Amino acid sequence: MKTDFKTNIKAIIARAYVRVVAGNREPSWVISETVLPLISTAAFVYVYKALNAPEEFTGFVVLGGAMSAYWMTVLWSMAAQFYWEKEIGNLDLYMIAPISRMSILLGMASGGFVYASVRAGSVFLLGSLIFKIDFGVIDFGRLFLIFILCQFALFGLGMLFSSLFMIYGREAWHGVSLFQEPVYLLSGFYFPVKSLGFTLALTASLIPLTLGLDGMRQLAFKKGVEMGFLNINLEIGILAFLCVFFMVASHYALQFMENLGKKTGRLTLRWQ
Amino acid sequence: MLSDFAVETLDLCRSFKLKKAKKENNDGLVTALDNVSLTIRKGELFGLLGPNGAGKTTLIKILSTLLLPTSGKALVDGIDVVRHPEKVRKRINMVTGGETSGYGILTVRETLWMFSQFYGIPTRIVRERIDHMLKLLDMEKFARTKIGKLSSGMRQKMNIIRGFICDPEILFLDEPTLGLDVQISRDVRKYIKRWVKENTKKTVLLTTHYMAEADELCDRLAIIDQGKVLICDSPSNLKKSLKRDAVFHIEVGLLTDGLDRFKAVSGVKSFAYEHRHHLGRTLLKFILEDDSVISNVTGTLSQNGSKIITLSKVEPTLEDVFVSLVGKGLEQ
Repeated sequence: MKTDFKTNIKAIIARAYVRVVAGNREPSWVISETVLPLISTAAFVYVYKALNAPEEFTGFVVLGGAMSAYWMTVLWSMAAQFYWEKEIGNLDLYMIAPISRMSILLGMASGGFVYASVRAGSVFLLGSLIFKIDFGVIDFGRLFLIFILCQFALFGLGMLFSSLFMIYGREAWHGVSLFQEPVYLLSGFYFPVKSLGFTLALTASLIPLTLGLDGMRQLAFKKGVEMGFLNINLEIGILAFLCVFFMVASHYALQFMENLGKKTGRLTLRWQ
Repeated sequence: MLSDFAVETLDLCRSFKLKKAKKENNDGLVTALDNVSLTIRKGELFGLLGPNGAGKTTLIKILSTLLLPTSGKALVDGIDVVRHPEKVRKRINMVTGGETSGYGILTVRETLWMFSQFYGIPTRIVRERIDHMLKLLDMEKFARTKIGKLSSGMRQKMNIIRGFICDPEILFLDEPTLGLDVQISRDVRKYIKRWVKENTKKTVLLTTHYMAEADELCDRLAIIDQGKVLICDSPSNLKKSLKRDAVFHIEVGLLTDGLDRFKAVSGVKSFAYEHRHHLGRTLLKFILEDDSVISNVTGTLSQNGSKIITLSKVEPTLEDVFVSLVGKGLEQ
């Protein structure tokens, strides 16, 4: 049992290595994943400036722009990942290895978190410097907590998607594409989610980024609380629940999809 | 030791549902394995020989826990692959021909390390094994090359190392030399032979449709076609079974039409052919009841106006065994 645990930890580290080390090996990411997101963030900043919106909105946009790196990683490097792994033949090798499949997902998630953090951090730092963001952090502890809970829940969601998309082919690709833009809107990447109205904002709260962003904005800016959606402690509670829910759901979804794939023969069927 | 056998299958069947568009007069099912019963002893290098679509890969997928059988039993080292796949996985590894696994951005050394970690091997031991195996397969200078930059041959050599690096009890090699050039295929075969020789309790199950490879490597082999095992024995015994027959090879100019008529010639037991377009020739392979039947064959050829370029009586090969059992050549 001890050996199995150690092997799974080794598997997590090995799978994370691909993202952490190799993911930053080609310098083109600086342009495509830092400069380009910063340009779209700048567009929203200038819209708010033109409209004489409160100063906090500039900070909201920069924070949203930085957090988009996590969303892109979860979508394209988590949810659709098993599809790519299947196409290149890695999925077979993961499936025959004497490890829990969850350790592969956890490795992808932890590596993906580090990978996205480098990009998000770059966008956040550059955006903050260029647009001279005035932060007024109320509570560092809870700000850190809400960020971490948001990440756990978000990558948990990515793991769940990954399991569901494991045996599908091009459908996975299309499904991921369908999620990308609506979530930018529903999670309020570039505006306070409160503006969507209570019902829509509450529904959107199923996506961890919605409450994560809202909570961080409430805690990082002086007037953030006034523009916040729910009470910050309630948001922390909901995010904690989502963490557990997505992790447990992804575990069972993975088992179910693996068995289904083995029954139908689609687990290792390529070029679907 | 759980069992004397590395692999045992009993009446193993697997069928797949066809997509609607492909359904014809049947019930929409295609049978990939049809009551396959095999035993492979520990320490054997066992071959599965058959054409594309014969069911070789399906069998390997079931044994490596990637696919569930429709019915029947499959045991690996005495362990049921359906009931205890997690125990089976500790004993196996697999390498597939034309495999593109790994990540192009990792180096050869990093890739091998990554896959070894899924088997919990300490990094120190992995380093030693990687160095040793890269040396044996003459790949030392590629250790720091990103795998995306390797040729397909070098990549397959790396895959072979990946398969062996966890030192499995049973290794499944599914067409490991597919598409490789002669020299690299030879290196790979040499490595496989050496590993089995040095590790007398280790077992290799090799699928191939290269007759010479099966003949050179395998202690025993099974010929499989359309999901059924037709025969299982050592290569020499299989060839001996044809000794009483007359095996003739005739080369004629390129002949593409009316080849089926040779099957109807009196005294012809089996017939296969192989077009050699680069030479403008067709090689006709006959298994005859006895030598005298050759006159019937040459008579049919001259009636057709075909000029015989070479005619020889040959020692039976595995391909002749295959032709005699299946009624056609592997490439047909």
